[in-house]
Amino acid sequence: MGMASEAVTLLIGTRKGAFIYRGDAARRKWSVEGPHFLGNVVNHLVLDQRDGRTLLMAAKTGHLGPTVFRSLDAGYTWVEAKRPPMFRKTEDGTGRAVESVFWLSPAHASQAGAWYAGTAPVGLFCSADGGETWDEVGGFNDGLFPTIKHAVGDVPDGSLLHSVCVDPQDARHLYIGLSTGGVFETSDGGASWRPLNRGVEANFLPDGDAELGHDPHTLALHPLKPSRLYQQNHCGIYRLDRPGVEWRRIGRAMPKDVGDIGFPVVLHPRDPDCVWVFPMDGTEVWPRVSPGGKPAAYRTRDGGESWQRQDRGFPKEQAWWTVKRQAFCADVRDPVGLYFGTTSGEIWASIDEGESWSCIAAHLPHIYSVSAVALA
Amino acid sequence: MRVVIPSPLFSYTSGQREVDARGTCVGDVLRDLDAHYPGMRHRIIDEQDRVRPHIRLFVNGEAASSLRQPLADSDELVIVAALSGG
Repeated sequence: MGMASEAVTLLIGTRKGAFIYRGDAARRKWSVEGPHFLGNVVNHLVLDQRDGRTLLMAAKTGHLGPTVFRSLDAGYTWVEAKRPPMFRKTEDGTGRAVESVFWLSPAHASQAGAWYAGTAPVGLFCSADGGETWDEVGGFNDGLFPTIKHAVGDVPDGSLLHSVCVDPQDARHLYIGLSTGGVFETSDGGASWRPLNRGVEANFLPDGDAELGHDPHTLALHPLKPSRLYQQNHCGIYRLDRPGVEWRRIGRAMPKDVGDIGFPVVLHPRDPDCVWVFPMDGTEVWPRVSPGGKPAAYRTRDGGESWQRQDRGFPKEQAWWTVKRQAFCADVRDPVGLYFGTTSGEIWASIDEGESWSCIAAHLPHIYSVSAVALA
Repeated sequence: MRVVIPSPLFSYTSGQREVDARGTCVGDVLRDLDAHYPGMRHRIIDEQDRVRPHIRLFVNGEAASSLRQPLADSDELVIVAALSGG
């Protein structure tokens, strides 16, 4: 992201295409461009913050296989990757095939043009040329993954790889999240991996203390304090301070009638102790809607010791949407702006760090990803 | 030979519904199409050479048996995109 005074642009990925909302300097007026690629399932639309112009889009249509589209001019024109993420072909043709590209992350700031992609079924891919061609990260796909597959088995709707977090102090140090699988870490650029799930509950597994098989929904690493990790998990909200290896369930401080289940976790760009989550109903049959039909963000300013409800501007009842894992984000302005997209196709924004919210767009398709960026 | 293209692939053929391609089997024709319309093959055939779930291939009106099915220049290959769900 750019300087704290720059205009904010929202990159929106939906089940039926992508939209770009360009904001004015006050972040009060928004003009929409799009839909881009109408009818495409857009899981993720991400800016390369190293140049401020390159966008990558993870897309597929109902009929066609998955691919990556690239824009070198901030979304005005697009070209398709020459070699999208794909698994190695096996001799007998029974190998895995990428069903969707789910997650895109630029690599380290020092590695211009380098990207990572996470897929469903679970796969990790890298590109060294700005997303034009993609290769497997063999240390994961051929090294770690078979062990996870053996431990976890098949997931009905397919498991996926998300939350590729790059340590800003070390380009070879990465964390990833697998739903399901758990959190994993590499210190050698992806050649070897180790699980990082101690302390995380897995109440859906026969062995709740298993090393593999956890379900992180989102993992986030603070850019100014990369030893600080937060995780919104299927089984609560967690925090980990490295070099420690034991996660602590900070969601226990959430109100009991709301719980600490959700998809996204959003970091304050300058305060590693400030985090937002968006709880959903994870009781009994997992409705995955706003608890009680009353949507609210929750914020902590003390690293999870306490949480404050932030719902001013939201419907007070009968609002049954929720927010997917890539669909909640912050800008870098002061005060911080927050933005999220709902499963019901609304975009909500706050320009006062969550104290009040307003709906800035409605009637969009089901929203999968929202990213607040400063374009060059 | 004549190849009929479904609308989801029109972005590759600049809107052409029918194109010409060469090859002695279904797989060859799809590779020839990809040479002329880069990226098209991956959208309909996965990396294990399996036809994607919502794609069907027909030769002269009959379902193609495999990518290895022989073709003659006089044959017609129809690519069908069949979607379910909302």
